[in-house]
Amino acid sequence: MNHQATFTKRNSQQQLPGGIHPPERKTLSNVAKLRQAPIPNQLVLPLNQHLGSVAKPIVTVGQKVLKGQQIAAAQGRISANVHASTSGTVLDIGLYAIAHPSNLPTTCIIIQSDGQDKAIDYNPIADPFNQTPETLRTAIETAGIIGLGGAGFPSAHKTNTQAHKPVHTLLLNAVECEPYITADDISLRERNREIITGCQLLCRASGATSIKIGIEDNKPEAIAALEHSLTQEILHYPVELTVVPTQYPSGGEKQLIQLLTGLEVPAKGLPTDLGLLCHNVGTAYAVYRAIELGEPLITRVTTLTGEALPAQARGNYEVRIGTPIKDLLTTLQTHWQNLNRLIMGGPMMGFTLQNLNVPVVKTTNCLIAATQTELPTSEPEQTCIRCGHCAEVCPASLLPQQLYWHTKAENHQALVQHNLFDCIECGACAYVCPSHIPLVQYYRFAKGEIRQHQAETTKSNRARQRFEARTARIEQAKAQREAQRAAHRKKVSDQRPSAKAQTSIETINDPEALKNAFLKAQKTWLDAQKALEYSQKNSPADTSKLEVKIEKLKTKAEQAKTQWEQAKGSN
Amino acid sequence: MPLMQLTSPHTKNNVSTQKMMLEVIGATLLGAGILTYHFGWGILINVLWASLVALGCEALVLKIRRKPISFYLRDGSALVTALLLALAIPPTAPWWLTLVGTAFAIIIAKQLYGGLGYNPFNPAMAGYALLLISYPVEMTSWLPPRSIAEHTQAHSLQGALQLFWSGAISTQTGLKTVDAFTSATTLDTLKTARTLSLTLEEATAQNPVLGSLSGWMVAPGWFWSNLAFLTGGLYLLKRKHITWHIPLSFLSALTVTASIAYYFKPTLGSPIFHLFSGATMLCAFFIATDPVSAATSQQGKLIYGTGIGLLTYIIRTFGGYPDAVAFAVLLLNLAAPTIDYYTQPRSYGHKKAKKGLHSL
Repeated sequence: MNHQATFTKRNSQQQLPGGIHPPERKTLSNVAKLRQAPIPNQLVLPLNQHLGSVAKPIVTVGQKVLKGQQIAAAQGRISANVHASTSGTVLDIGLYAIAHPSNLPTTCIIIQSDGQDKAIDYNPIADPFNQTPETLRTAIETAGIIGLGGAGFPSAHKTNTQAHKPVHTLLLNAVECEPYITADDISLRERNREIITGCQLLCRASGATSIKIGIEDNKPEAIAALEHSLTQEILHYPVELTVVPTQYPSGGEKQLIQLLTGLEVPAKGLPTDLGLLCHNVGTAYAVYRAIELGEPLITRVTTLTGEALPAQARGNYEVRIGTPIKDLLTTLQTHWQNLNRLIMGGPMMGFTLQNLNVPVVKTTNCLIAATQTELPTSEPEQTCIRCGHCAEVCPASLLPQQLYWHTKAENHQALVQHNLFDCIECGACAYVCPSHIPLVQYYRFAKGEIRQHQAETTKSNRARQRFEARTARIEQAKAQREAQRAAHRKKVSDQRPSAKAQTSIETINDPEALKNAFLKAQKTWLDAQKALEYSQKNSPADTSKLEVKIEKLKTKAEQAKTQWEQAKGSN
Repeated sequence: MPLMQLTSPHTKNNVSTQKMMLEVIGATLLGAGILTYHFGWGILINVLWASLVALGCEALVLKIRRKPISFYLRDGSALVTALLLALAIPPTAPWWLTLVGTAFAIIIAKQLYGGLGYNPFNPAMAGYALLLISYPVEMTSWLPPRSIAEHTQAHSLQGALQLFWSGAISTQTGLKTVDAFTSATTLDTLKTARTLSLTLEEATAQNPVLGSLSGWMVAPGWFWSNLAFLTGGLYLLKRKHITWHIPLSFLSALTVTASIAYYFKPTLGSPIFHLFSGATMLCAFFIATDPVSAATSQQGKLIYGTGIGLLTYIIRTFGGYPDAVAFAVLLLNLAAPTIDYYTQPRSYGHKKAKKGLHSL
């Protein structure tokens, strides 16, 4: 069923508010063709490469695995499968360092490659455009595909729009606005037909009815390639290609939506609120491989760049997921003595790596091996002069310097009022700050503080509620017991109306009881007498009071004796 | 070699506070030169002396505050303050006048509040206001422009140095004090003429200082220096060190009010007269745009600039002082935080802007 294929190209009329133009430095890596990275000796496959729950290993140590074989299963609603990216033996399942800003180790599966790279039999889906969206989504889910643009959200869940809200348009993000990165650029030049197919499959899987592609005007070859295949290919959906001006951060999901549709994703909302869904070029390609070839996500295109790499080595590589970065950099003959900063991701939003033994993961779109002269260390932070350059470049129209002041003052209320949580951490403000203030770091800190504070408030509220409920429960139980006791007492007193009257000694006529009372009184008196004698012997203390008391006890004992004898006599 | 551990972004443009301040200083040089040409070496002497005093005071306070002295001195902000203040001080000012003003600006108005970035008031204008209130005579007597001056000894380097040092110039006829050379500024002259109910023609005839530029009546020295500051300001705009919001709203507000008033009462001065007299252009591009003490959101800057423009005209016309820029700026400095609270921009994804602090 071939739909009427329409393809239009336009230049974006929409402009981003703010935005910056950092040096692009893309020519470092976009000259060379896409190359294959070698199969590493060992693979390190982390189980939490995606957002959501950690996957659960389904292989055991020592087990032989084939390329493409599933080795860990998704757990819970938002999670992703992990597959072996070459054949070999499982060496270990345990905690290893991974590339993450936290530097915390995580559970990884280590596979010793056997060098044969033998794959399992892949099961492609025949005639996918006549399959149900569910079938396609299942294939995407099985293949362990996550958003390859950087966030790593499981694609099958994202595409399952029945779970959220129906979408009408799928946006393909080919903007790639970060400096240095050219992975999408090169992929589009060499694999544009596959990417367009993958994009249409995503469209089918999500129930969308049209496609919009956004790309920056600094990628003329990729634009030409896209145009060519869009006119040549059979399109199942109307496609609109929009060339947007080169400006950072136009590739941010929210910014791209604004550029292509003129709409804004509501605060705290999702693109699906507007009937839109945004996917990355890399994800579209992975979907094509998963559905048309049946191959799970085991490789990705990564830009390896930076001046610490020899010029001929810089470029884009198809890297197996799990390849240790040290192996990769060694193969490329990195000038280790010049390597000063190793960044995963782009220079604006990427993070620095500490440990070279960490692997390339599904979200690794770029590695920058930078020298000191290339990315010099920032100058010391000066005071904010409120110049407002940050506010001019903020793509979210925030007031970054106000956020900075309120962060320093820990004024959480004012931070929320100034929409701190609409900050996308693009770094444009810090890029232009003349006082070298690491603004984004301040905002990350403030967000963390506020989240923690909110979590603590929620926790203490819950604790208070629990405590109040417990107190009420105890009170209730006590009251109930009291009521039962009162009822019981009433019942007993109803049965023995005279019981109360007999409690006083004077009215007891039972000689046995009187005898006991007498004996008890006598004992008390005699004990007191003994105590008096002891204290008179051992200390010169005043004993007159004690003597008076003993007299009283003696009288009491004698009274009891008289009563007893009377009772004996009367009986 | 251990790898550098830093948070994003890893790259930075090459603008720095120091470069910005230096460019601001550079942009005033043309105006300062024109002022020196018309009003003598006293202008330059003031600038140099104020810069020395400012650096000295800044270093002193930094030492007391136990802050790294050279790190903070290098940001150039003390020099900018000194420069702006010195350009507003008459060329005949004795050394102690500049000293008092600059020391107050740096020590009290800037450093006591916490230094650069923390001062609620524009330090140069705070210093200027202090001097104007305390020494009105010294502060309001300017030299007439060289072209129309009767005596030009005070314009020469030697004369200016003597005035600077001792407040008098030795001539063949004996010592002459400042009064012998100075006259009122154009703004002041116009005000006096108005109090005397002179027509514009009479006022111009009596006081050549008022000058005339094809009938618009602008004093030559003031006109050219204002034009020079306008040029410097446009350079700063082009270099994106300032935005258009404050200068444009300030100049517009001044022009509109002056035009309306001029239409009804020509002796109040034409809009061109107001735009090119006194410190108008210096204020529009260099003083009101001081980011630390100004409003920061775009809408806020428009309100801020308009406020300064209106107040400048009102104080110039109805107040007791000849120029009003300093007071107008200080009053709006006071209002800037409130303006900011009520002019937050609408952020992405929000239906409308949040205003004030109570809309949580």
